Amino acid sequence: MIFIKRVVYLCLFLVSSLSYSQALLSFNSPDDQSRYEALLHDMRCPKCQNQSLADSESGIAADLRSKVYDMIEAGETNQDIIDYMVARYGEYILYRPVFSRSTMILWLTPVLFLIVGFFVFVILIFHYRRTKDGGTA
Amino acid sequence: MLKKLLLGLPLFVFVFVGILLYQQLGKDSRYMPSALIGHTVPDFALISMDSDRIIKKQSLPKGQYLINFWGTWCVACKIEHPYLMELARKGVNIVGIDYKDDKEPAEKWLHTLGNPYSKVLLDELGNFGVDMGVTGAPETFVVDQKGVIVYRHQGVLDSNVWGKIQRYLQ
Repeated sequence: MIFIKRVVYLCLFLVSSLSYSQALLSFNSPDDQSRYEALLHDMRCPKCQNQSLADSESGIAADLRSKVYDMIEAGETNQDIIDYMVARYGEYILYRPVFSRSTMILWLTPVLFLIVGFFVFVILIFHYRRTKDGGTA
Repeated sequence: MLKKLLLGLPLFVFVFVGILLYQQLGKDSRYMPSALIGHTVPDFALISMDSDRIIKKQSLPKGQYLINFWGTWCVACKIEHPYLMELARKGVNIVGIDYKDDKEPAEKWLHTLGNPYSKVLLDELGNFGVDMGVTGAPETFVVDQKGVIVYRHQGVLDSNVWGKIQRYLQ
């Protein structure tokens, strides 16, 4: 009996917390909602550099979240919203920085490593073949 | 030859990463460049604390001045306040933005601690703060004679920071 009671209470808690989180924001379309979430994950909280706007609980992050929401509801495009944020907080706010001279190393290093790795791989294979065929290293 | 090259590879990577990390050493990791440096103050319409009238960009001081974001909820602002009073006594023009705050406690604050500001504008919702790229309080912007923002300081303003700011106010 006590067990059933506990389960019922637990279910009630779950239901209430679910409905609460649903009630916070309502969007015109599911598309807008996914745009909202994607934008928040792509932008950095200006106060706390290792958290996105979606994760952070700082006051400024909450303000910027509601700003993004307002702009989406007003029918502005993702680019409008990104431009708005960059004009105020700089490219710092973007987790996906634009390609420029200062961010070149960030974008090119992985490619560079890939190329170096590929060459090392090719050289090793040829080297191995030659050793195997010729019998001497 | 190849073996030597391969053996040397970890060393090359190490040196490369070492140089990269060394360059970052000693940098303030929380430093965030302001996007407004080199721009004029964005347009605004804020209510003035003492006259209860709407103040626009045109009413900002003509010479060089500071814009200081503060609030009664902000602990560091209380620490900063005496230094602002000192600057005001030296004749520095400081425009105060009461950021995400209510008028009543703000008036009380200035009444008890003194008012270092030539103007206090109320930004209760923090919209002007967002337009200025503010992330919290206290935050101080330096505006030169042409009305261009030349420097931004996040955190408490003290004599150290003031020394740095003065270089921008030539």
